[in-house]
Amino acid sequence: MGRYTLRRLLQLVPVFLGTTFIVYVLVWGLSDDPFAGKCGQRECSASYVAQMTERYNLDDPLVLQYLKYLGALLTGDFGQTFSGTEVSTLIADAYPVTIQLALVAVVIEALIGVAAGVLTGLRGRGFVDNLVLVSTLVLIALPVFVTGLVLRQVLGVELGWIRPSVPGDPTIGQLIVPGFVLGSLSMAYVARLTRTSLVENARADFVRTAVAKGLPRRRVVGVHMLRNSLIPVVTFLGYDVGALMGGAIVTEGVFNIRGIGGLVFRGIQQQDIATVVGIVSLLVVVFLLANLLVDLLYAVLDPRIRYD
Amino acid sequence: MRRLVTAGAAALAVALVATACGGGGGGDDPSAQTISIEWGEPENPLIPGNTTEQNGGDVIDALFAGLVKYDVDTADPSNEVAESITTTDNRNFTIRVKPGWTFHDGTPVTAQSFVDSWNWTAYGPNAAEAQSFMEKIDGYDEVSTEAPTAPTMRGLRVVDPQTFTVALKAPFTIFPLTLGYSAYYPMPQKFFTDRAGYEAAPVGNGEFRFESRTPNQNLTLVRNDQYAGSVKPQAQRLEFRVYSEIQTAYDDVVSGNLDHVRAMPSAALAGDRWRTDLGAGAHQKEGLVTDSLGFPLYDPRFANPDLRKAISMAIDRQAIVNQIFGGVYRPATGYATSAAEGYVPGQCGESCTFDPQRAQQLLAQAGGFQGPLTLTANSDGGHDPYMQAVANSIRQTLGIDARYTPVPSFSEQRRLANDRGFTGLFRNGWQGDYPSIETFLTQLYRTNASTNDYVYSNPAVDAALSQADQAPDIATADQGYAAAERLVLGDMPNIPLWSRPVIYGNSARVAEAEHNPLNRQDTTTYRLNPQG
Repeated sequence: MGRYTLRRLLQLVPVFLGTTFIVYVLVWGLSDDPFAGKCGQRECSASYVAQMTERYNLDDPLVLQYLKYLGALLTGDFGQTFSGTEVSTLIADAYPVTIQLALVAVVIEALIGVAAGVLTGLRGRGFVDNLVLVSTLVLIALPVFVTGLVLRQVLGVELGWIRPSVPGDPTIGQLIVPGFVLGSLSMAYVARLTRTSLVENARADFVRTAVAKGLPRRRVVGVHMLRNSLIPVVTFLGYDVGALMGGAIVTEGVFNIRGIGGLVFRGIQQQDIATVVGIVSLLVVVFLLANLLVDLLYAVLDPRIRYD
Repeated sequence: MRRLVTAGAAALAVALVATACGGGGGGDDPSAQTISIEWGEPENPLIPGNTTEQNGGDVIDALFAGLVKYDVDTADPSNEVAESITTTDNRNFTIRVKPGWTFHDGTPVTAQSFVDSWNWTAYGPNAAEAQSFMEKIDGYDEVSTEAPTAPTMRGLRVVDPQTFTVALKAPFTIFPLTLGYSAYYPMPQKFFTDRAGYEAAPVGNGEFRFESRTPNQNLTLVRNDQYAGSVKPQAQRLEFRVYSEIQTAYDDVVSGNLDHVRAMPSAALAGDRWRTDLGAGAHQKEGLVTDSLGFPLYDPRFANPDLRKAISMAIDRQAIVNQIFGGVYRPATGYATSAAEGYVPGQCGESCTFDPQRAQQLLAQAGGFQGPLTLTANSDGGHDPYMQAVANSIRQTLGIDARYTPVPSFSEQRRLANDRGFTGLFRNGWQGDYPSIETFLTQLYRTNASTNDYVYSNPAVDAALSQADQAPDIATADQGYAAAERLVLGDMPNIPLWSRPVIYGNSARVAEAEHNPLNRQDTTTYRLNPQG
């Protein structure tokens, strides 16, 4: 296990270098004039262009620019936006909200999703099964911004139960509706995954053995069936956490959550290149680590899986 | 099963810790006295000379007071920090600063504060965004380059602590009127000695003091009780809250979670919904913002003025305004808006009137138009609906293949403008910097002017503008500018579409929160309804 982890960690290095290089080249290569539109309708003054060119080493060849950027990045210097704000400050302000929102979303999708899956998986066909089937279908079919805008309009504006926007330092209560919106799609998948998995395992040999041993039904379901059926679900949830940590542009936009997704989106819109490259580099690392964690967790849950 | 339970317990524990972290923001005692304002992240540090966009400008206007202040209803200028601005030849001005004004750190506002600030803005290596606002001052050319040959402008001279003189390159009669723009605000000594400290906590001389800022989230200001201005601020605290979507901010105002929204989402304008939703909180007044469609005169296909007028007359402005802007915008009859001093109605005459027959006739006179006519705008600015409508109107009236061809972003639009790369009509938005007809002309239509994207050049217009600049008094100057405006409209390098009024909304908690016609917030008017 230790050697496997080490090998995987070493693999991260070329992946990180490759992705950040591609992102860097793409973002700076997008426009032949990075200063177009930076000064409103007027053209930027020559001295402004000269100053910014120096700050971002724009006169160097692209590869050298990237290496200089990477060097600064490795010493923890994420650089500055065009307006002179430290990108690291922006990230430090935005990331806590993103993490909170991601956790709320994952908890909601896990609780409701697994509960609905177990309920339908054990009962089999019937009213509840159809209800869950239809409602998950609706959730899968609806784009997130529709769910978000409808809930904001109905709960926030018409009924006044929630604030239409989430304040800067939100409580968990204020994140529940956005978390539900963000997790709704995965919640539907979790419910279906759990159900399928349970139904499959209900006919497995080890379940028949357990029943034949005369174990009480609660123990058969709780220990033998559920544990084995939840392996794919946990894997799915793990990947989802990794993806959600990268921010949620649509949900954050709808509820005005000042998270990492909106930050990247705004950076792209305003061509604030340092923000985009800095955050995306960080997200690459987060995603790679989340993937590694899931892979390790997989072995922990299922003793049949061995690394090395 | 045990391992799973542990995992579940860990997740729960994390959630609980997270709850504990977020649970602290409960004390809403100060928030009861705070007016919250919809806002966006400023593009630059909050330095008056380095800010030309709206978000930074709104905070700077609350933090600083200038020599001149514009009336909240009429935009008429009156002296604020200035005791007097006098001249005998409209070229050399003597400005006396009122005694008793201080910056928030207690240092006095003197003539030197203004001179240092203006010199800093003009100095090339500082790369200030508002640099060009100093270009009329004598000695600007020597300091404004990348390698300046002089440290300061020779046109600025401090006479005594309360007096300084300004010498311009050429007479500019309306110069005193322009001095309310934020680029002309004074700067405290702290800015020059401790730049980083200033940027972290800006110090001004205005009605509100800087309190705190979380980038990308919010910025708060508190009332300056030492404010020396004539109208004292009343609100205790202002919170500028960053929103990414105007619709969310609007919903927050309607549901009482935000106090002031600086614009309206188009969904709220449709069917006058915003007036129903906001009631007495809905505000509208004439402003200085115009939309227009420019011609790339460097493309020979657009050389004939008759063709340009034909296209202008093919646009049914009133119908588009009614359908898309709920009748709130005003069809243009010239380049200036009625909030500007020197505005003359109906300058454009029949050339801006929808008249299908005359438009077709003019098109025929001009020899028709070959190939598709493209209309370009940036699609990230909410221009798509009306650009589509304008294209349809031209196509239906003239029978030519008019198409809306959007570009993805504002920066792409500006790149095309700077590279002279347009192949058809392009959308222009213009926000006047000060309430004078001049702000709609010089920067746009003078030969080689900074925003002359049309590459328009008419010696008669240049001469008329120079003559107006040098007129003996403001009334004569305004007449001169109006004459120049008529000359430009006769050539029609840019089709006026409509003017956008200043629109903003307040929540039920707010008694008053006004913008002036320049669409700048006058934060001295901000106050909450009495509570209890």
